[in-house]
Amino acid sequence: MDDLYREVIIEHYKNPGYRGELDPCDIRFEDENPLCGDHIRIDVRVDANNRVTEAAFSGHGCAISQASADLLLESIIGKSLDEVKELTKQDVLDLLGIDLGPVRLKCALLSLKVLKAGVYGLGEASDALVEGA
Amino acid sequence: MTTTVQLRDDFPVLSREIRPGVPLVYLDSTATAQKPTQVLRAMDEYYRKYNANIHRGVHTLAEEATAMYESARQRIAGFIHAAHPREVIYTRNTTESINLVAQTWGRKYLQEGDVVILTEMEHHSNLVPWQMLAAEKHLRLEFIPVRDDYLLDLDAYQELLSLKPRLVAFTHMSNVLGTINPAEEIIRLAHAAGALTLVDGAQSVPHFKVDVQALDADFLAFSAHKMCGPTGIGALYGKQALLEAMPPFLGGGDMIRKVYLRSFTPNELPHKFEAGTPAVAEAVGFGAAVDYLSQVGMDLIAAHEHEVTAYALERLSEIPGLRIFGPDLPHKGGVVSFTMNGVHPHDVAQILDQNGVAVRAGHHCAMPLHDKFGITATTRASFYLYTTFEDVDRLAKGLDDVIRLFG
Ligand SMILES: Cc1ncc(COP(=O)(O)O)c(C=O)c1O
Repeated sequence: MDDLYREVIIEHYKNPGYRGELDPCDIRFEDENPLCGDHIRIDVRVDANNRVTEAAFSGHGCAISQASADLLLESIIGKSLDEVKELTKQDVLDLLGIDLGPVRLKCALLSLKVLKAGVYGLGEASDALVEGA
Repeated sequence: MTTTVQLRDDFPVLSREIRPGVPLVYLDSTATAQKPTQVLRAMDEYYRKYNANIHRGVHTLAEEATAMYESARQRIAGFIHAAHPREVIYTRNTTESINLVAQTWGRKYLQEGDVVILTEMEHHSNLVPWQMLAAEKHLRLEFIPVRDDYLLDLDAYQELLSLKPRLVAFTHMSNVLGTINPAEEIIRLAHAAGALTLVDGAQSVPHFKVDVQALDADFLAFSAHKMCGPTGIGALYGKQALLEAMPPFLGGGDMIRKVYLRSFTPNELPHKFEAGTPAVAEAVGFGAAVDYLSQVGMDLIAAHEHEVTAYALERLSEIPGLRIFGPDLPHKGGVVSFTMNGVHPHDVAQILDQNGVAVRAGHHCAMPLHDKFGITATTRASFYLYTTFEDVDRLAKGLDDVIRLFG
């Protein structure tokens, strides 16, 4: 019926593999989508070489935002923080396998924005982190 | 219903398909209403035949454009039964109308410790302007609570009135709950306590007859785009004596009588509050919109929406896991906000969109109200004169898809 709700998205929404909290953790950041009040927090643990060993997200949101958070965290396990900094909007869209209009794009990119703000150690998440290709 | 089916032809966008074979069902009129050909034609004709800057030129086009701009004001004043057109100020929208009152009347008359009463069901546009003023002037804001039956707690209101408020500002109809508030009673009690009143008419003026003299409202704010008119224009009604005593809002051309290098004297009403070149074509469209609504008849529109809402409440109550936020008829206008178990409102709206059904999802600019019910968002379907029972059936069918996908 609908390309937007591909099975992979529904599956990751209903049965997320990376939902939870890591206490303690090396990186923690949270933010919300002001359009809808959806909230997401991401916790990350890294090893001595700054490679991601564990990651978890918590908060609430729509299927697109929750599935993209789950897929994103799955994709960064084993990556170095420098590699995480390189992640783009397109990487998230490739993970989801769908095209999105400007409003839903915000939902899909919330987790990447939160993750990158945490990795860069910023005080505040900014849309600039996820703009461009 | 017959009338509705006929007048749907007046709205070109309603015959649009969202995808091949999937016709549009527009259930987002609370956000903005669709526009009939009569309004589109009036604005188009204005630009094709008349366009000129108003009030300043003496050439024919300027005279005609000025006459059209002022004639629209007259008809808008008639639509809300204002005593005189000079009591109707053109603004950009409801939001600007409320800000105008806060920044002129509020700035001049309110002092530290003064009480302003609002309600828990306000749109952000009737909250934030008062928060801004309260921060500047150290005012005290109080809120009439919303009860479990989604109506205002008028007993609590009576108690708040003992604080001797200066102003009671409230929405005539909630854009989330659909609650129609007893404006006449709220205003009578406010006046008895010595307070002025501001009515947010964004959702009432488009949907049922609002008579400012019968209500004895001091201020009424509303937007053209929610009543079949264009975006970019709205109105503030104010009683003449109040408007005359208020300082101007924005400064510039048209709002002055005389300007010197270091001072000015303000123009008379309503021009005092209309600085700069206004939205002339939009005013013409606004006039055409009130003509259109008057011609259909506000009582008929209200009765029609009542029928559609009753039908929608019945259909939606059959859907498992669906919870409606709002009172029962007759205290409810054509707005149905709801949640569905385990499904985020964004996803509900998205799946409905794939069925061609346009609804809104989110906090609908009423975050505190959603906080009160412990939710972040709802899905909202809203109705207008062109909504049919079939539209509601398509909504219900779309919600079946939601359950199939997420259930
Ligand atoms: C009750 C209410 N008040 C105020 C507004 C603000 O209207 P506008 O955005 O046209 O200024 C709205 C619009 O959503 C509304 O529903």
